[in-house]
Amino acid sequence: MNLALRDIRHNLGRFLLTCVGLSLLLGVALAMVGIYGGVVDEALSLARGLKADLWVVEGGTRGPFAEASRIPGDAREAVARLPGVTAAGSVTFQIVEARHAGGPGSAAAPDEDTVREYAGEAGRPRIGSVLRMQVIGYELDRPGGPPGILAGRGIAHGRLEMVVDRGAGVPVGAMVDMAGVGFRVVGLTTRAVSASGDPLAWITLRDSQDLQFRLRPPAARRALQGGGGALPRDTVNAVVAHLSPHAAVETVAAEVRRWKHFAALTAQEQETVLTSSLVDRARKQLGMFTTVLLLVSAVIVALIVYTLTMDKVRDIATLKLIGAPDTTIVALVMQQALLLGGVSFAGATVLLFAVKDNFPRRVLLGPEEIAGFGLVVFVISLLASLLGVRYALRIDPAQALGG
Amino acid sequence: MNPLVELAGITKGFGTGEARVQALSDITLNVAAGEVVGLRGPSGSGKSTLLNLVACILEPDTGVLRLTGETVWDGAWSRADLRALRREKIGFIFQFHNLLPFLDATDNVALAMTLNGMSLSDARTKARALLDYLQVGRRAVAMPSMLSGGEAQRVAIARALANRPRIILADEPTAALDSERAQVVMDLLRQVAREQEAAVIVVTHDDKIFSRFDRLVSLRDGRIEGERVESGV
Repeated sequence: MNLALRDIRHNLGRFLLTCVGLSLLLGVALAMVGIYGGVVDEALSLARGLKADLWVVEGGTRGPFAEASRIPGDAREAVARLPGVTAAGSVTFQIVEARHAGGPGSAAAPDEDTVREYAGEAGRPRIGSVLRMQVIGYELDRPGGPPGILAGRGIAHGRLEMVVDRGAGVPVGAMVDMAGVGFRVVGLTTRAVSASGDPLAWITLRDSQDLQFRLRPPAARRALQGGGGALPRDTVNAVVAHLSPHAAVETVAAEVRRWKHFAALTAQEQETVLTSSLVDRARKQLGMFTTVLLLVSAVIVALIVYTLTMDKVRDIATLKLIGAPDTTIVALVMQQALLLGGVSFAGATVLLFAVKDNFPRRVLLGPEEIAGFGLVVFVISLLASLLGVRYALRIDPAQALGG
Repeated sequence: MNPLVELAGITKGFGTGEARVQALSDITLNVAAGEVVGLRGPSGSGKSTLLNLVACILEPDTGVLRLTGETVWDGAWSRADLRALRREKIGFIFQFHNLLPFLDATDNVALAMTLNGMSLSDARTKARALLDYLQVGRRAVAMPSMLSGGEAQRVAIARALANRPRIILADEPTAALDSERAQVVMDLLRQVAREQEAAVIVVTHDDKIFSRFDRLVSLRDGRIEGERVESGV
């Protein structure tokens, strides 16, 4: 006869209400775990999306995701000639605050009246609203382009075209204004975001180099006035290379590192840079939040179990008096704590999966994360029940006797 | 006939120094099989302490306690042993029935048997038979909150009898009942004592049931003040 279940069934409403509250709390903690998973995944999605085996960057730097990296545009040809390299492409990266400049079919950037007229299209960014994007410039038909097209097409040959992650919310055919130049969205990708969660956009390398120049006219003006001549425009942030399956990436990287002013990162090293440098602070922040929330959950479970035990003082005293062994008493308290934790964990998981797509950042939870979190909740429930168990074991059976 | 409950020279005190209270002094009392003994006395006279001693919850300071011939508290008894002793040999009846509110009448009775190792299905079958015997079988699936005071006390008696104990300890079993139901409960206890050859000790203030005891022991200030043989009914 399972006394814990029978007691819960007797007070089912109160138990379920308690579970709902605890589910919300555990749901937030689980969301933190998922957000961390999403942050890591997003951080790596850019590097993984480009499918580069080797990154050639400015010497003395750890690549464009960690710090500024500028190399001459013709470095790509040198990389492409290395033994084992099957393809190489120059890429640039820049954060741009663009403007949604017109829906599908619009010829160019709309005037202010049009912006006002179309403002507030349901479910999409308002025309005229600011879109923060990480723009990647790449060479057509070379490594560095968008990983896959979900809708529309890739950039064919024309300039002022762009492929953008659908997370930006702009449809195929829409116009996007960047530094006063209108780009037509010709294709959409999915799940392509930067380490900071901004949607990725691809434009041609030439467009991106123009964009870099346009976005920094004061610097260019200062350089001209200083007599230094115009800033070199054929610079890129990195060269990404595909290697032959038979080539040893470390050997090719070592070859690049011998060159003056260049550094090379393997795909694994690039991911390490992204996770250790960019995600580390987020990991600590989210980890601290998760720890605090789990501690709060543990305290709440402990208090609930303690209160449930206090409510049963006479029942437990009676059980002891009629000869119930300690194992029966301990099982009664512990099973209730575990059921409370288990039901709340299940509720938290269901709740989070129901709302996770509404989070501004991606919430990524795999079976391993969920199982790990479940194990943590199990341990917390077990430990939290100890307070109630201690109280129950100290109840004097004599309390069952007398009024 | 050898007594089932034997107390010889029992003393029990609480606290130390000037704060010490002598709850029981030199108590000698025997209760034989089939005998129903009442314990009466004013508050603080030691009734509850005596009941707790016989229930093996309290250890006497001096004296000897024997239950069904076995000497308790002789140093060889662990807490688990004492619980097993209570489970197998002692049945308890309480003032407010103390039925577990989350079990129905049948399972309240069956629980005592499952704690003693019986399978749940067998325990339920015997519990229903016991409830029928105590004329409360029609309420077998009712939760305690749905039972009247008299019905709840009958179920509690059924639980006390579940393991056919040789000793039954009742703490004010009629305090929450009207006089008619109180008489019925006492008649049941007398019947059980006779049929199961059990020793029954009842702590009570209720003078309406004094006539139902074989003997009535009066306590005052921790001592046995007097003992009266009642007629019994």
